Amino acid sequence: MLMTSQLFPSSLKGCMSSKNYMREGFSLGIESTADDFGVGIVSFDGEVLANVNDVYIPDKGGIHPREASRHHAIVAGRVIAEALRRAGIKPKEIDVIAFSQGPGLGPCLRVGATVARALASYLGKPLVGVNHCLAHIEMGRMVNRVKDPVTLYVSGGNTIVSAFEAGRYRIFGETLDIAVGNCLDVFAREAGLRPEPGKPLGAALEELASRGRRLIQLPYTVKGMDMSFSGLLTAAVNLLRGGKYPLEDLCFSLQEIAFSMLTEVTERALAHTEKVEVLLTGGVAANKRLQSMLRAMAEEHGAHFSVVSKEYATDNGAMIAWTGVLCYKYGLTIPIEKSFVRMKWRLDDVDVPWFGAH
Amino acid sequence: MTSTSHGSEHISSFPNQNSASQDYSTLGTLIKRGAEASIYLGVWYGRKVIFKRRLPKKYRLQELDRAIQIQRTKHEPQMIHKAKEAGVPTPIVFMVDLEEATIIMEYVEGKQIKNILNDLPSEERVKVCRQIGRLIGKLHKNGIVHGDLTTSNMILTPEGKIVLVDFGLSEQSTDLEYQGVDLHLVKRALASTHYNYVDECFNAIIEGYDEEMGPDSTKDVLDRVSEIEKRGRYIAER
Repeated sequence: MLMTSQLFPSSLKGCMSSKNYMREGFSLGIESTADDFGVGIVSFDGEVLANVNDVYIPDKGGIHPREASRHHAIVAGRVIAEALRRAGIKPKEIDVIAFSQGPGLGPCLRVGATVARALASYLGKPLVGVNHCLAHIEMGRMVNRVKDPVTLYVSGGNTIVSAFEAGRYRIFGETLDIAVGNCLDVFAREAGLRPEPGKPLGAALEELASRGRRLIQLPYTVKGMDMSFSGLLTAAVNLLRGGKYPLEDLCFSLQEIAFSMLTEVTERALAHTEKVEVLLTGGVAANKRLQSMLRAMAEEHGAHFSVVSKEYATDNGAMIAWTGVLCYKYGLTIPIEKSFVRMKWRLDDVDVPWFGAH
Repeated sequence: MTSTSHGSEHISSFPNQNSASQDYSTLGTLIKRGAEASIYLGVWYGRKVIFKRRLPKKYRLQELDRAIQIQRTKHEPQMIHKAKEAGVPTPIVFMVDLEEATIIMEYVEGKQIKNILNDLPSEERVKVCRQIGRLIGKLHKNGIVHGDLTTSNMILTPEGKIVLVDFGLSEQSTDLEYQGVDLHLVKRALASTHYNYVDECFNAIIEGYDEEMGPDSTKDVLDRVSEIEKRGRYIAER
């Protein structure tokens, strides 16, 4: 590994050792892996100055990648301007441009990447390609003041149980097929539920589930440390179409089973790694039932449980900006000509040299 | 949690097999507490046995928790039996109590491979590893993956037989990925506990494995093992 001192421009050296010498530095992060187009502006010491988001809501069905990418292209300029206005800084005051380079939907990623390249090139600032999953974990660690957790990251596109081990966030358990958020969303749509601004499908499903009482048998699939949700979804949708069960009970059962699987795998990772913190993040983290299960499990192991607040648990630009700061401090910038998006970029492919450093 | 009753109905010297409420935790001493189950050592009908109990998880809905416990308590003895059919020595299962999510099985007399492997003379060590490889090969050839192949789950009996235990994570699968993970776990267990003999032991295991699986399948699985290693998964020390 390169020595950090060699990587640092002299004006930046101070910020590692003492806050007094810190030059105000700002990172602008662009998030566009799926249905959210977000721009965050974060100072080098982790203060979030702006976190603006515009979500694409399809007329019908799930996220259509091309339509979502069009949405992103249309709102990009406005969202960036709004973020700068809220942060109260000028474009030339930004020191780093970060963007979510993957994993995610290709067309959506490419909009964010294009905007980021244009900004970096126009402003003459370094570009950082950030792993989206890594950004969720790093943002959670910062805002929740968590040091070394077992993290459960659950969203519409990802289902990952990870913990830091030997230089990287290792994946201890993950989905073998679809993400848990995807499973819940597709079921909710099949049931005729609609997302609204500020109230995603998952929230509508949770509301119905809270009125369910009866547990209906559905497949519970944990294979070693990994999980499968596709069979669960198919079975739940079939029962829904059969029309024999109240929707509330189906939502209730679907949640109970999916969340029990997640908690079981998180528990195994916790027992295996002997860590003392559990962190919950991602879009599905907002679910109160999932939170209560993980809390109960963590307490049984004497571990501290915390959940990332909704603003920073769902996809957002601030987490990309913050992870951009961490990467930049360790010289992990990329030239524009090598900034291709990486649709299947794995969390455990990324070195995390800043972990544990203060 | 299911209730456990004590007292008059259990005064008889034999545990009542039809009873729904046998508290096995009083019949033995806890020797291992895992994330999935607790292992007690005790005496049952005059035999030295293992009680493997799956304890309730409070975070899960009680009804669901019961269903999962029962399913797994059924699954494990079935896999133990399938392993026997494949010619792999496994403990004798005496009784399965679904109500208490408890499996009562033979306590296998012998030494854990984990504790003896390092001290064996080289020739013996290679012989033992080749035998382990043959057993794993037999499992895989018959569509069984063990799921937790550490040397603490292998017991060398005084007669020189190797018995595989703990099928709690086992699966019925011929999937190359599962077989690769199985062998990868062996390698990791060797690297953490028998680090001076990793290559010697792993090579011998593969020789034995090859005898059962044949060179083509063995190569496929080994290729998958190196792919899994590159992926960097399952890296944490056991």
